[in-house]
Amino acid sequence: MHVEKQRPAGSALMHFLYLIFIDPFVQMAQAPDLLAQTLWEGLVSGMLYALIALGFVLIFKASGVFNFAQGIMVVFAALTLVGLYEAGVPAFLALALAIVVMFILAFVVERSVLRPLVGQPDIILFMATFGITYFLIGFGEIVFGGDPKVMITAPLYLPKGAITYHTLGGMVQLQKIDIAAAVIASLMVAGLAIFFSRTRIGRALRAVADSHEAALSVGISLEQIWVIVWFAAGLVALVTGIFWGARSDVSFALEVIALKALPVLILGGFTSIPGAIVGGLIIGLGEKIVEFYWGPLVGGGTDAWFAYVIALLFLLFRPQGLFGERIIERI
Amino acid sequence: MKVRHFISGMACASLLAGGLLVGAAQAQDSIYVPLFTYRTGPYANSGIPIANGMHDYLTMLNERDGGIGGVKLNVEECETGYDTKKGVECWEQTKDKHPTVVNPFSTGITLQLIPKASVDKIPILSMAYGLSASAVGKDFPWVFNPPATYWDGMSMIIRYIGNKEGGLDKLKGKKIGFIFLDAGYGREPIPLLEQLAKDYGFEVKLYPVAGKEMQDQSGQWLSVRRDRPNWMIMWGWGAMNPTAIKRASENGYPMDHFIGIWWSGSDDDARGGGQAAKGYLALNFSGLGSNYPAIQDIKKYVVDKGKSQVEKDKFADTFYNRGVYNTAIVAEAIRNAQKITGKKVVDGTDVRRGLETLNITPARWKELGFPDFGAPVKVTCDDHNGHSPAYMQQWDGTKWVKASDWIEPMKDKVDPLLEKAAADYVKSNAGWPKRTEACDKSS
Repeated sequence: MHVEKQRPAGSALMHFLYLIFIDPFVQMAQAPDLLAQTLWEGLVSGMLYALIALGFVLIFKASGVFNFAQGIMVVFAALTLVGLYEAGVPAFLALALAIVVMFILAFVVERSVLRPLVGQPDIILFMATFGITYFLIGFGEIVFGGDPKVMITAPLYLPKGAITYHTLGGMVQLQKIDIAAAVIASLMVAGLAIFFSRTRIGRALRAVADSHEAALSVGISLEQIWVIVWFAAGLVALVTGIFWGARSDVSFALEVIALKALPVLILGGFTSIPGAIVGGLIIGLGEKIVEFYWGPLVGGGTDAWFAYVIALLFLLFRPQGLFGERIIERI
Repeated sequence: MKVRHFISGMACASLLAGGLLVGAAQAQDSIYVPLFTYRTGPYANSGIPIANGMHDYLTMLNERDGGIGGVKLNVEECETGYDTKKGVECWEQTKDKHPTVVNPFSTGITLQLIPKASVDKIPILSMAYGLSASAVGKDFPWVFNPPATYWDGMSMIIRYIGNKEGGLDKLKGKKIGFIFLDAGYGREPIPLLEQLAKDYGFEVKLYPVAGKEMQDQSGQWLSVRRDRPNWMIMWGWGAMNPTAIKRASENGYPMDHFIGIWWSGSDDDARGGGQAAKGYLALNFSGLGSNYPAIQDIKKYVVDKGKSQVEKDKFADTFYNRGVYNTAIVAEAIRNAQKITGKKVVDGTDVRRGLETLNITPARWKELGFPDFGAPVKVTCDDHNGHSPAYMQQWDGTKWVKASDWIEPMKDKVDPLLEKAAADYVKSNAGWPKRTEACDKSS
C-alpha cells in the first residue's frame, strides 16, 4: 500500500510555495514547446473572445446599450449560413444571403424595437435586447430546429489540418483553421477600426455615442446609424459563428460563448475597439497560462472563473477598463 | 350588447366544461406518461434524438396495439431545456395528472426530484444516469436507474482498458485521464475511479470542463498533451462531446484509447469529427441501427405516417435507439403493473411495483421485437438497477459499429460503494423516510 510521507508543517509550506512560485516557471523552462503552444492557444482564444466582445462594443458605442442578444446573433448567423447550405444553396451564395439576413435583422430591430424606444432609459433598451434574444431563440428553433449542424469549413475554402513545427525541443502545432481565424479576425478588427475612425459614418457614430440629442441637432440620422451598427455587429456575429462553429458544432450551445465577452469588456472598456482586442488577448492568454501551469494545483477548471477574477480586479482599480472613457459626472 | 356578452360567456363556459369533461375522460381512459425532454437549449443536440425515440416508441404502441393492455397512452412532453429549475417545474405541472413514471433525463433534475418521489408517489426512472446510490432499493423505493449505474459504466471501461493492456494487473503505473462536464453528472463516477486507481495502482488525471467552456477545451487538451495519459475517459454531454472528440484528434491523441460513457457516444458527437474521429470508443447498452422488428414498426406506424419529428437520416441513430430503449422499459413496467394489480389504467404507485419486478430476459427482448437489442435487465426490491453489462461501440469514420462483446461491471467493487453512498445519503438527509412499501412476490 502506498503511504505518503508526512511533511513537517514548515516543509509543507515551503513545498506549497514552491509549487506556486517556482515550479510553473521550471516547467516553462523545461518544456518551451509547451509554453509556445500554450501562448498560441491563448492568442487564438483571445482573438476569438475579442471578436465576441467587438459585437458588444459596436452597439454600446452607438447606443449605450449592452446588447444581451449578441450571443444569440452569433448562433442565428451561423445557423442561417449552414441552414441555407444544407437547403442546397452554394456555400458562397449562402454566405452572401446570411449577410443579407443579418442586414434585415438590423433593420427590423431598429424599426420594431429601437425606434419606438428612443429617449427611454438605457435599462429599458437593455431589457429590450432580452426580448430580442428570446425571440431569436424561438424563431431560430422553429426555422432551423435544435439539431446541431456541422460548420461548412471545406465549402468555404477554410483550411483544415495543422502545421507542425518540430522546435524548442519538442513540437508546436498550429491548426490551420486557428491561423485563418486569427488572420480574419485581425483584418476585421482593423477594417472596423478604420471604418469607424476615418469615415463620415464613423464620425457620426462617435457623435451619436457622445450624445444622441447633440447628434440629432446637427442632422445625424440616429436610425441610420443604429441600422449600420447593428448590421456591423451582425457581420461580426457571423464571423464569430463560423470560427466558433468550426471549433465545436453549430448549435444553440454557442450562445453561452457570449459570456466570455463580459470579462473582456470589463478589461478593455465597453467603448473601445482596441480595448476589445487587448482585453480579449489578455483574457485568452491569461486563462490558458493559468489553467496549464497553476490549474493542476486547484484541480483544474480555472478557465471557468479566472477571467472573472481579472475583471473583478479591474473593476476595483480601473472600472472604465484599460481603454474605456473615464466617466466624470457633475453632482 | 348584453346578449352578445351572454352568448360569448355561454360559449366559453361550454368550451371550458367540455374541456374539463374530455380531460376527465382522458384521465380515466388512458395511462399518462409525461416525457421530460429538451429539444431546446445548449444540450438539445443530445436531447432531441432521445426525445424522438421515446415519443415515437410510445406512439407506435398506441398506433399498432391501441396502447398497452388495451389502454391508450397519453404521452405529453414537458420541455426542461436540461435546466434543473424547469425540470422541477415540469414535475409540479404534471404531478396532479397521475403520471405513471417520470424520466427526468438529467442528473441535476433527478437529484432534485428524488426527495419528492416518495411524497408524490411518482416513480422516477433515471435510466443509467442520476444518483448511482439510488440503485439501493431499501433506501430509494421510488427511484430506479437500470440497466447500469455510472459506477458500473466506469468499472466496465476500466475492465475494457485492462483487457486491452493484457489484464487488470497491467494497469499498475499507467496514467488514465478523465475529462468530464463539471457538474453533478460528470463528477458522479469520480469516487469509483479513485477507488479503482488505488486498487489497481494506476494514476488518475482529472480534466474538468465547465458548461460555458465546453466549446473551447483547448486548455484541457493542452494539459492532456503534457500529462500524456495512456487512456482517456470522457463523461461529456451536449456540445462538450463533439468538441472533445475534435480536440483529441487535433492534438493527435490516439482515438482508439479515448473512451466515452454511453452519453458521449451519439452519432452527432462523432459526426463532426468525421474521419479524424475514427477509432473513438464509447459504451453503449442499446442496439445499433434499425434492424429490429420493433424499430421497423416505429418506421411503419409513426415515421412513415408523418407522426414523428425525427429527420429521416437520423432515424434509428444511437441516441434515438436509446430513447426507444428507455420507453421500452417504461412500457414493460406498465405491463407488469397491469399484471400485478389486475387494473387496466395504472398510476405511479402501480408502476413503481411494475418497475420493481422488471425482468427482461433475452427471450422477452425478442418477444418485444428487440432481439439482442439490450442485455437482460432484472430489477428487484433490493436492487433497483440490475447492473447489466454494456458493450463498446467504435466510430468507423461514418457510423458506429459494435467493437466488443458484453462487458460485465465489477459488481464486487461497485456494490460496497453503492451501499455506503446510499447510507451516507440517508444519514445526511435527516428524516429520510424508512421504506414502508412491501416487496412483491416476483421481486
